[in-house]
Amino acid sequence: MKVTDIGNPDYFHKVVDCQWGCPSHTPVPEYIRLIAQERYTEAYMVNWESNVFPGILGRTCDRPCEPVCRRVRTEEKPVAICRLKRVAADHKGDIRPYLPPVPKKKNGKRIALLGAGPASLAVARDLLPLGYEIDMFDRDPAGGGMMRSQIPAFRLPAEVLEEEVDLILDMGVNARFNYEITSMKEMLDMGYDAYFVGTGAPRGRDLDLPGRLESDAHISIGIDWLSSVAFGHIDSISGKVIVMGGGNTAMDCCRTSKRIGAESVTVVVRSAFHVMKASDWEKEEAMDENIPIVNNRPPKEFVHDNGKLKGVVFECVKPVEDENGRLNYVPTGEPDVYMECDHILMAIGQENHCPWIERDIGIEFDKWDCPVLDEVTFQTTHPKVFFGGDSAFGPENIIWASAHAHQAAISIHLLCQGKDIRRDRPPEGVNLISQRMGVHEWSYDAEHDPAKRFIVPHANLSNALQNIKVEVELGFDRALGLKEAQRCLNCDIQTVFTDSLCIECDACVDICPMDCITFTDNGEEEDLRSRLTAPAENLAQDLYVSGELGTGRVMVKDEDVCLHCGLCAERCPTAAWDMQKSVIHVPQLGTYPE
Amino acid sequence: MTFVAKPEVHHPQLPLNEIGLNRRDYEGLVSTLCAGCGHDSVSAALIQACAELAIPPHRFAKLSGIGCSSKTPNYFLGNSHGFNAVHGRMPSVATGANLANRSLYCIGVSGDGDSASIGIGQFAHIVRRRINMLYIVDNNGTYGLTKGQFSATNDKGSTSKRGVPNLYEPIDLVSMALDIGAGFVARSFSGDKGQLVPLIKAGLMHRGFSFIDVISPCVAFNNHNGSTKSYEFTRSHAASVVAADFVSPHEEITADYGPGEREVVEMPDGSRLHLRKLEEDYDPHDRAGALTYLQQAALDGEVVTGLLYVDSDGTDCHEILDTVDTPLSVLGEVELCPGQAALDGINAGFR
Repeated sequence: MKVTDIGNPDYFHKVVDCQWGCPSHTPVPEYIRLIAQERYTEAYMVNWESNVFPGILGRTCDRPCEPVCRRVRTEEKPVAICRLKRVAADHKGDIRPYLPPVPKKKNGKRIALLGAGPASLAVARDLLPLGYEIDMFDRDPAGGGMMRSQIPAFRLPAEVLEEEVDLILDMGVNARFNYEITSMKEMLDMGYDAYFVGTGAPRGRDLDLPGRLESDAHISIGIDWLSSVAFGHIDSISGKVIVMGGGNTAMDCCRTSKRIGAESVTVVVRSAFHVMKASDWEKEEAMDENIPIVNNRPPKEFVHDNGKLKGVVFECVKPVEDENGRLNYVPTGEPDVYMECDHILMAIGQENHCPWIERDIGIEFDKWDCPVLDEVTFQTTHPKVFFGGDSAFGPENIIWASAHAHQAAISIHLLCQGKDIRRDRPPEGVNLISQRMGVHEWSYDAEHDPAKRFIVPHANLSNALQNIKVEVELGFDRALGLKEAQRCLNCDIQTVFTDSLCIECDACVDICPMDCITFTDNGEEEDLRSRLTAPAENLAQDLYVSGELGTGRVMVKDEDVCLHCGLCAERCPTAAWDMQKSVIHVPQLGTYPE
Repeated sequence: MTFVAKPEVHHPQLPLNEIGLNRRDYEGLVSTLCAGCGHDSVSAALIQACAELAIPPHRFAKLSGIGCSSKTPNYFLGNSHGFNAVHGRMPSVATGANLANRSLYCIGVSGDGDSASIGIGQFAHIVRRRINMLYIVDNNGTYGLTKGQFSATNDKGSTSKRGVPNLYEPIDLVSMALDIGAGFVARSFSGDKGQLVPLIKAGLMHRGFSFIDVISPCVAFNNHNGSTKSYEFTRSHAASVVAADFVSPHEEITADYGPGEREVVEMPDGSRLHLRKLEEDYDPHDRAGALTYLQQAALDGEVVTGLLYVDSDGTDCHEILDTVDTPLSVLGEVELCPGQAALDGINAGFR
């Protein structure tokens, strides 16, 4: 294999699995270390800079970082990264001194943000400190978008939402709420320098089955219903409720129903339990609230009596895996099941939908009615119009909206400066900083903590079910947060090897608790992987290969299960191994000098 | 000195041996020796060898004297018996331990100071008594613990870190062991586990006195350009004459040899030692020939490694003394103290 190029920012970035897995590339180990030092404000700001909504995400994120956490591979459960983010938000002090200054004198460029959800807010946050004038339009009476309308208060308290939304609005956004956009052409005629569409995926899917039209009065689309609850238009539901769908919206619908008066709530899903779209913890919380989830039941018919919904007929199927590992659902032969109900909440997916964008103004849409976008710049076929968040590539989590927003903001900035929005993008970078403080002193806590993942305390269930505003998860307190922070393996403190210093004494091989290091003859990757101290079978994880050593061999390190304990560097007589913090520079406005 | 504790977690695919233990179960405390010390590699080789032999850790007795080498039993086999004896006196304690409990696997770890200087008398006598044990010398040619004076195994002309040459002839423990009758004699290098691990396994399984001289560089005081016991010198001057592959009784023979290329030596426990000659003129069963070969190689500046001598019909002290098969340590008072009548009988025999 070739010598590993550790100067390539991606190499060590990939080693920090959580940061690599996070769409916004939040430097997770960095903020967890700050939490461990009880520097909550700084930990919050590291998050805020990268993902914009730490308090909100600390409660609602889909956590793409957690399944990829190294701890899953070395032991069992990932570090509770998401809940630690919340710890930073819950315990932070005054963040105002750390906020970027917004110039009073504007730069003369006006940007229109369509929608006031997470994507638009993040774009505003990135652009305001550079002197842009930002006009934000939304049909709702307040900012926040789906974070306000679709996430129930028992998961995301209003004050947490408002704090982080207002923080951005107060940076100087000209908010135009209760503003229903009916024509993109009209917007373009207003002469802004650039437009960002962050209007989300506001259309909930429906099912065209017998009886659907007739029972319309008793069937609601999940996201619309949640929104009505959030804005206080609906404050109760009665009788037996069936929630159809297996995503997080379905979980929010059933738990909300239970809180505002449903006699009984049942979730019915057409697919199998383990392939449901809802996050595992969302499913668990619904089940903890004694809400049954019935799987493998596709609906066939809505049964009604002169328009009064009576129930639903479901088919019985079972999943069968084909040779490609895909699940096909085949009838089990059991008779159809009839379930009584008085109300149905339909949460079977949602899509982006922009009927207000005329199709003859230069913004092209593909055959799925999604805008044609450049995946790097988020630019549409209209040079001044950009998309981001759910309206770009369909429904995703809030963290994706932040990630899109950073890129779109860079594009808008480059466009307004008359630069090439592809060619002139700021590059990625990596800095490596030695963490050695003395002969046996390291600037980070290298000790491995074998503790199991700590459980987040919950509110008393009967209290929580009585009031939709009572937050169910209580979050880690300081003490638990400190304990959980210790579980982080500091994957951004990298093992950096200098081949010219190595005397091949084997000290690192002997001490490594995970058998990551091998000195051997070089070879092709597949061959090398098979003859290391421990076989390197996880192909998703790279091998770190040194240049040729004195004996003609090379050092090969399998990054897969390295604990970053630093023992290799500690036991190296010549400092050929050093523990160096990799600071990954993820391009974002404001982090690069102009 | 390392202050970061070695994490207990191990590689998820770390294999288990036949008795359900993994290699990490054979470790001891984290070493307090200098970073890069060859002795730590010898400990790691011992750990690997003992784990592969699948012998429960409590069946081992570790014995050592004084010196850097003699600290190492603390760093392997944490769950076994151990005795850290007076300087140069490990052989006496090992003799006692082995006589008292012949069922234990004895591992003696000593150094060039402990065995070739203060303890050379004891060393000579444990060899000739053929105590059934594995005796390892971590040989770095220097007194590391007292800041780098030449030891008795340091080659004449080899220099100190400051460039001063050694004026005296070295003692070669391998030649000594061969001369006085050791049944298994080998030399290896701490930086070559591929060679060292099978030698340790074979040495432990060989009946009688097994001796391995391990060149184990001292990074702090004897790893410089003028040294003949540095990593670099050993790597460039080592010449293996006989490779030994150890095959456990239950193991299938996987290595593929051509006819006449290997010789199988049966070990007392049913395991086999496959010897491959790497040097045509060398015969690992010829004690006198081995001595001549070693002396010539030393003159040529070559470090001869590998299995240098093995006595296929090895004998040990218990056989020589014709002791009972049951370890003395588990015999009862009645057997050990047969009473006045028996003593009178013995005394009468001397009259």
